[in-house]
Amino acid sequence: MTTVLAAEAGGGTARNLTIVLFLAFVAVTLGITIWASRQTKTATDFYAGGRSFSGFQNGMAIGGDYMSAASFLGIAGIIALYGYDGFLYSIGFLVAWLVALLLVAELLRNSGRYTMADVLAFRMRQRPVRTAAAVSTITVSIFYLLAQMVGAGALVALLLGIKPGTTFLGMDAATAKVATIILVGALMIIYVTVGGMKGTTYVQIVKAFLLMAGALLMTLLVLAKYKFNLSSLLGDAAAASGKGAAFLEPGLRYGREVAGDPTQTFYNKMDLLSLGIALVLGTAGLPHILIRFYTVPTAKAARKSVLWAIGIIGTFYLLTLALGFGAAALVGSEAITAQDKAGNTAAPQLAEALGMDFFGGELGAATLLAIIAAVAFATILAVVAGLTLASSSSLAHDFYANVIKRGQASERREVAVARISALIIGAVSIALSIYAQNLNVAFLVALAFAVAASGNLPAILYSLFWKRFNTSGAVWAIYGGLLSAVVLVFFSPVVSGSATAMFPNHDWQWFPLSNPGIISIPFGFLCGWIGTVISKEHDEEKYAELEVRALTGAGAH
Amino acid sequence: MSTDTPSAPAESAAERYLAVQRSDEFAGLRRALRGFVFPMTVAFFLWYALYVILSAYARDFMGTKLFGSNINVALVFGLLQFVSTFLIAWLYSRYADRKLDPIADRIHAEIGEVRHDDGPRG
Repeated sequence: MTTVLAAEAGGGTARNLTIVLFLAFVAVTLGITIWASRQTKTATDFYAGGRSFSGFQNGMAIGGDYMSAASFLGIAGIIALYGYDGFLYSIGFLVAWLVALLLVAELLRNSGRYTMADVLAFRMRQRPVRTAAAVSTITVSIFYLLAQMVGAGALVALLLGIKPGTTFLGMDAATAKVATIILVGALMIIYVTVGGMKGTTYVQIVKAFLLMAGALLMTLLVLAKYKFNLSSLLGDAAAASGKGAAFLEPGLRYGREVAGDPTQTFYNKMDLLSLGIALVLGTAGLPHILIRFYTVPTAKAARKSVLWAIGIIGTFYLLTLALGFGAAALVGSEAITAQDKAGNTAAPQLAEALGMDFFGGELGAATLLAIIAAVAFATILAVVAGLTLASSSSLAHDFYANVIKRGQASERREVAVARISALIIGAVSIALSIYAQNLNVAFLVALAFAVAASGNLPAILYSLFWKRFNTSGAVWAIYGGLLSAVVLVFFSPVVSGSATAMFPNHDWQWFPLSNPGIISIPFGFLCGWIGTVISKEHDEEKYAELEVRALTGAGAH
Repeated sequence: MSTDTPSAPAESAAERYLAVQRSDEFAGLRRALRGFVFPMTVAFFLWYALYVILSAYARDFMGTKLFGSNINVALVFGLLQFVSTFLIAWLYSRYADRKLDPIADRIHAEIGEVRHDDGPRG
């Protein structure tokens, strides 16, 4: 298996096919983007796609926005290497949608306009709350962006078949990674600045179709290989892993029991609980997901879009079981870690193995690898476009129009600033991604979820459901949750003080968990409560307006 | 502004919202919404927490094999989380269609169309 990728013939065909398919995707999406730009005239068009999408379209787009490189490549990789524990991610990422469905989506759709801060600042003093929300939106989105772009860079060497010592168009692997990050960054800037929310949404819809089709095809092939007997697939995966039945049980990756070290065992178990909480509470605080609810005309359509999204995302996460265990059984952990230590290439490697088996040898292997590789790139592009749009919207609508210009900016001017912001945020994330190439993709995404759950979710829930909540509470909740999450991560073993850390040669670690959620999320809620009760501010009339609008849809934009 | 606005023209939008919020009908809508979503949120969160806690602390139980195959309790428990998520989503959508939307639409119609000032707010 390891030899296949390196094999000149197969590798060359896969490389050319990947490039052709990827260029085809880029051509189609750029065409859509240019078409969308002609339909984009007002601020509502740019920020919210004219609120003209149907529940089904938006549900697909949510799927395209949500199922990132971490979902497709990361989960398959963790399952392939550590077995059952990767499935925890799938479950957390899916169950999280119930928070969005039951507590947030419709109320936010009814009371907001373009950004998350529209709801947070509704009954508060605008400037402090919008500033805090913009800081938090951009922080969460940049962490998430980094993860995607670093993932794209890490993949390209495999997908283009560049090995150490060989070159592609005169570039070695390191140069090709940088070139890929710049290319992905440039494309996302074009999608967002030219196409706005309409263009971005169609890119996400196309990607969702491609990703579902690719994952379904691979799942069917894996299951066909085992005559649709799940038990024998699992048995084969467990045997190939060399870990036996333990491979099918929780505990190889998270919550590991360390013999003779009860303290470390306790920390490992806490870390697992912390990850579980961050996953389930993070989704409803992700700004790029929240702004998708503004693209539909009514709260009812927002509800429908979440229902579609739950169906699509749930189906996809079920397929990750087959992809992950299939890769464990058919590719094997040795071959996977030889390509990528974190397992991020397990899904494309599985595609190659399946192509070899079902579609006639090298050429079949190269073709299926190329298709799945192009799907992976499409996945990354659609997600980074959504993230860039969310952060540039917040910078323009919250910070420029409402904080700097105090609500006096013209609509045309505000959209111009949003486009410039997309350019700046794109450039910053390209630069950071090149610098951050050695960071672990899954870690960055889990961090983004923890930061979103700590900094945004408490403020959103208090805003919508707690009468007494006020400006001081909102500012405390956002900064308290955000800072505690970021600070705890900085002093955690992921950043320093362990062999696998970002800075393995330094040690300023004192926080024992790698995910801060179990501390920082309750802390965010606590800060919001303290901030509220120490301030006397309360706007009875604005709360009445918010509550009536949120629940009935009266006065909705 | 539409013609079916019941309130006197002198009444400001803020007073109108306040009056609606204090009405029995709106209190009923709030009760109907919270009466469903709060208990349901607690239920699915506890059910999910149980799954995560068992994954951390009840490894032997989770590893129990079922039906004499390689399928174990952990896998079935995980799949049940999918089932419960789909089920709750379906129950909520049915409840919202039948119980929430009619009241919300009625109140919305009573308030009528509201014009926004083009200010910064939501």
